[in-house]
Amino acid sequence: MQLLQQIINGVTIGSFYALVALGYTMVYGVLKLINFAHGDLFMWGAYLGLTGVSLLAGLAGAGQPWMAVPVITGVLALIALTGVLVERVAYRPLRAAGRLAPIISALGVAFILESIARNVYGARWRTYPTGVAPAGGFVLAGSVRISTMQIAVLVISFLLMAGLYLFVQRTRVGTAMRAVSLDHTVSRLMGIDVDRIIALVFVIGPGLGGIAGVVVALYYGSFDFTLGWSFGLKAFIAAILGGIGNIPGAMLGGMFLGLVETLASGYISPQWKDVIAYVILIIILIFRPTGILGERVAAKV
Amino acid sequence: MNLSWLSRFRERPWLWQSGLILFAILLPLPLGDYYRTVAWRTVLYIMLGLSLNLIVGYAGLFQLGHAAFYALGAYTAAILNLQLGIPLFWTFPASILVAALFGFLITRPILHLRGDYLAIVTIAFGEVVRLALVNNIFGITGGANGLSGIARPRLLGLEFRQPIYHYYLVLFFLLITIFAMRRLENSRLGRAWLYVREDETAAEAMGINTTQVKLLAFVLGSGWAGLAGALYAARITVISPDLARFMESVVMFCIVVLGGTGSIPGVFIGALGMVTLPELFRPLKDWRDAWLGVTMVVMMIARPEGLWPSRRVQLELQESEAPHG
Repeated sequence: MQLLQQIINGVTIGSFYALVALGYTMVYGVLKLINFAHGDLFMWGAYLGLTGVSLLAGLAGAGQPWMAVPVITGVLALIALTGVLVERVAYRPLRAAGRLAPIISALGVAFILESIARNVYGARWRTYPTGVAPAGGFVLAGSVRISTMQIAVLVISFLLMAGLYLFVQRTRVGTAMRAVSLDHTVSRLMGIDVDRIIALVFVIGPGLGGIAGVVVALYYGSFDFTLGWSFGLKAFIAAILGGIGNIPGAMLGGMFLGLVETLASGYISPQWKDVIAYVILIIILIFRPTGILGERVAAKV
Repeated sequence: MNLSWLSRFRERPWLWQSGLILFAILLPLPLGDYYRTVAWRTVLYIMLGLSLNLIVGYAGLFQLGHAAFYALGAYTAAILNLQLGIPLFWTFPASILVAALFGFLITRPILHLRGDYLAIVTIAFGEVVRLALVNNIFGITGGANGLSGIARPRLLGLEFRQPIYHYYLVLFFLLITIFAMRRLENSRLGRAWLYVREDETAAEAMGINTTQVKLLAFVLGSGWAGLAGALYAARITVISPDLARFMESVVMFCIVVLGGTGSIPGVFIGALGMVTLPELFRPLKDWRDAWLGVTMVVMMIARPEGLWPSRRVQLELQESEAPHG
């Protein structure tokens, strides 16, 4: 019974990780860059959502579940715009500059985003107005229950992930995206506008991260500016576990990490759950250096 | 313009080298205690930068969890001092050994990982160390509050209390470090590192044991960071798991890369930019990280090879192309 409850909670948290991991994995796919700023874009999603929901709740007098829809749409647009801007300003000029320079630049963007958030919203914990996150839930069996919010989370993330998967696998643009992640030069020769595809990746990845930011903040109710780093690192680990650059892998890795973490905190110790997650990452990478679903990369000769 | 005086300096490196050392020795004399502490911090971070430079700069391995070894060194010194009453100076060798040993144990299984995977595993290790310290592992790390009451070091009856003593203490170790690094740079091992960084397959074909060489970079770099940690514990006498924060690792990483990867003067410039300048702009405290971030982005766009790159890295970058060739 308790196990079933843990699995429900684990899958919910796992779908958050999966949504954020998709942003890391897509950017890595096309640029071979760990986008350290992604966690902070996700955190900004939570903060912008807070502003939006507070605004609407102020106008209407109280928080209501329908408010999530316009707020999520607005946050999606703003974070996607920021993502494109970050790529244009901080990453594009560095495409030819080796591996180290873009990493430093990404860390710099992360510092900027986090510092601005801390100065604008303060270092204290912030809470969403009540009434926006749907209340109530269903009893499945005995003491096992699933809340309406959890159902909403699962439905939203399933729809987003299925949509993304179909987009990348079935459309022309998606095919171009996969081509760019294999080889920039050859893609260009095939008539693909590589810069536009990369810009598109920076719309989708951060956009999903922004949605996840609002949903995570609604689910937990409160958060602070460290959300970007703590959650971002976990999501990145999920992306690596699934094999970075691999979109279904990111979804799988997120679910796996969410389950492991929930079970570890339920059956071993909540204090050590993060350590357990990191140790699993390390062990998996020792034995499968490119992740669970990652392809074996031939060594350069 | 007559630049003959410049070439004279080039021909007699001891001239400007002794000038710099003299400057470093005289520097704290006119300063107050606050600025002496800033100078102490700067020198300490130059040491940390040089230790990381062995790993990132020479051997070309991404290490984004270097602060963990700094923290391990500080905790070793503190625990030996608090639990066993060993005088602080005598704990320094133990700090180096413990950090080096952890460097060996942790990196041995992950050396085969490629660049970015290595980076993420080192981040994970850094976090594991920090969380283990926070969770008070074995009941000796003091949990989230850390350890306090470390006895100040004594030498020949002199207690190291004033900031200026500690400045000279780290300066002494820094000079040893620089001497050692310069010797290493041109040694057989130093050349092997560069070779591994440039082309691992070719290095292996030439008979270099790449695993051993990479491992040595990690072990030496980690041990040296451990020494820096012990020096920190000696000065501050209160240590906390915050020493192993990811932010610290990032600062160290930036010191190496901003100044110019693989270059000793570059590490000096990096430490001035990442540690000294932010301390001098105290009024901007709230916005410090944002400015640091802006500097990092602008610097990388303007000079991706760093401010004072080693010649080899400069040549390498001019030849390299886009990631997908």
